[in-house]
Amino acid sequence: MSSIISVANLSKTYGSGFKALKNVNLDIKRGEIFALLGPNGAGKTTLISIICGIANPSEGKVMVGGEDIVSSWRKARSLIGLVPQELHTDAFESVWATVSFSRGLFGKPKNPAHIEKVLRDLSLWDKKDNKIITLSGGMKRRVMIAKALSHEPQILFLDEPTAGVDVELRKGMWEVVRTLQQSGVTIILTTHYIEEAEEMADRIGVINKGEIVLVEDKATLMQKLGKKRLTLHLQNKLSSLPESLAHYKLELCDSGATLVYDYDTKGERTGITSLLGDLRNAGIRFSDLDTTQSSLEDIFVDLVRTS
Amino acid sequence: MNLHAVRAIYLFEMARTWRTLLQSIVSPVVSTSLYFVVFGAAIGSRIDHVEGVSYGTFIVPGLVMLSVLTQSIANASFGIYFPKFVGTIYEILSAPISYFEIVLGYVGAAATKSIILGLIILATAGLFVPLHIHHPIWMLTFLVLTAVTFSLFGFIIGIWADGFEKLQMIPMLVVTPLTFLGGSFYSVNMLPSGWRTVALLNPVVYLISGFRWSFYEIADVSVALSIGMTAAFLVICLVMIGWIFRTGYRLKN
Repeated sequence: MSSIISVANLSKTYGSGFKALKNVNLDIKRGEIFALLGPNGAGKTTLISIICGIANPSEGKVMVGGEDIVSSWRKARSLIGLVPQELHTDAFESVWATVSFSRGLFGKPKNPAHIEKVLRDLSLWDKKDNKIITLSGGMKRRVMIAKALSHEPQILFLDEPTAGVDVELRKGMWEVVRTLQQSGVTIILTTHYIEEAEEMADRIGVINKGEIVLVEDKATLMQKLGKKRLTLHLQNKLSSLPESLAHYKLELCDSGATLVYDYDTKGERTGITSLLGDLRNAGIRFSDLDTTQSSLEDIFVDLVRTS
Repeated sequence: MNLHAVRAIYLFEMARTWRTLLQSIVSPVVSTSLYFVVFGAAIGSRIDHVEGVSYGTFIVPGLVMLSVLTQSIANASFGIYFPKFVGTIYEILSAPISYFEIVLGYVGAAATKSIILGLIILATAGLFVPLHIHHPIWMLTFLVLTAVTFSLFGFIIGIWADGFEKLQMIPMLVVTPLTFLGGSFYSVNMLPSGWRTVALLNPVVYLISGFRWSFYEIADVSVALSIGMTAAFLVICLVMIGWIFRTGYRLKN
């Protein structure tokens, strides 16, 4: 797949001297959903702002759809739709007027049929004549998505699209994003909800302290960094572990009722077979066992902590 | 040229005018009418002719200018300040629209609005006093030039302001006094010679003088100087706006 966005050696230093981005290199593939994860203040919004033309880069180069965002800014920007993190809306405008305004701003002639489609897809059609001030938070968020889609962009940036949105609506939003991807739109989303990235993204990038720590296919990432945990529920509680099991790094939990063993799936040997054998030799019996895969959230927390 | 964007901004701003009709049109017309009643009728009846025209008639161009100046600044400054305040400026900055086009949309709408307002006030004045415009083309030229120049000035204030207080400060503390002292209600020639020299440092004097000349062919300073000063202020505003966009001042961090 070819790159639709290519960021090379991008740095941003604010007037205060704060370095928000440090030599960032990133390629976004055409048609993918890319999730950019990072703690607060990591540089997610700064990166998006620069690509969209809201902030000036200090160093580096950004190409959007093969166009340089500085020398060919008009062409580059017309390819992008942006849904910012905060709910910025014109309170007294109607939904229809504000979405149509956005289309004009991006240099597209009027197309009521397209605006109608966007509003219907986002379940906003019956609110088209309502003033924005009368809408709920979730609806306002959808109005902002409608504004970003009004000019038929090839790339959509969603900066924390589901912040402050209830579970039901969040799932609806995911549905919308998937439909958009199917129609060929490349989507870059930043999120705090790891489950959102896990649920939606094709690839995941992690940014921390202005640096890209990692970019990986979601599945590969989960596989590569994923750890598994084996939990054994013991028939009889143990007060301490026998000497023969000391080298397994086992943990005795629930007042000695469960035994927890963390192992690495990418290792050649997981050590499970020998552990179970040694347990039997030590006379430790268990009534049940289960294994769990570490979530993206665990991986993320690990990465941010170590970077 | 992204004409769709210019049109979108222009119509958006004009729609705001119609939505706030009371505040944007009715209120300045009412306050100007009050000036006519107070200065033209009450005080004016005690004042003899000024340079050959009745006092009520004499103050008309000054009153129109007073409204055009203040409304141009208010419209344009609010027009660009409000998106900054509520955050919708992100959309303007991320759109494929040049700085020139942004200014054209906002300043064009603000100037249109104050020109319409100026003409309405002029028509209202016609109800109170007999009006005769000697040079209608020059009258319109001064009106348009002033509306555009002060809309540009308002745009600069709107970009510079980072709070409502600052938004009000320049119009209230600088522009209104300069307009009142700029010969709206009197001829600068009526001042003692020392004060006349001071008054000539006030740029608004040149605007009002030229505008009044287009009505009655009476002027405090030469017409060429009036046009020159207005054009000079226009150029200064354009240079400042050019600098704002080049540096991203108060727009891009």
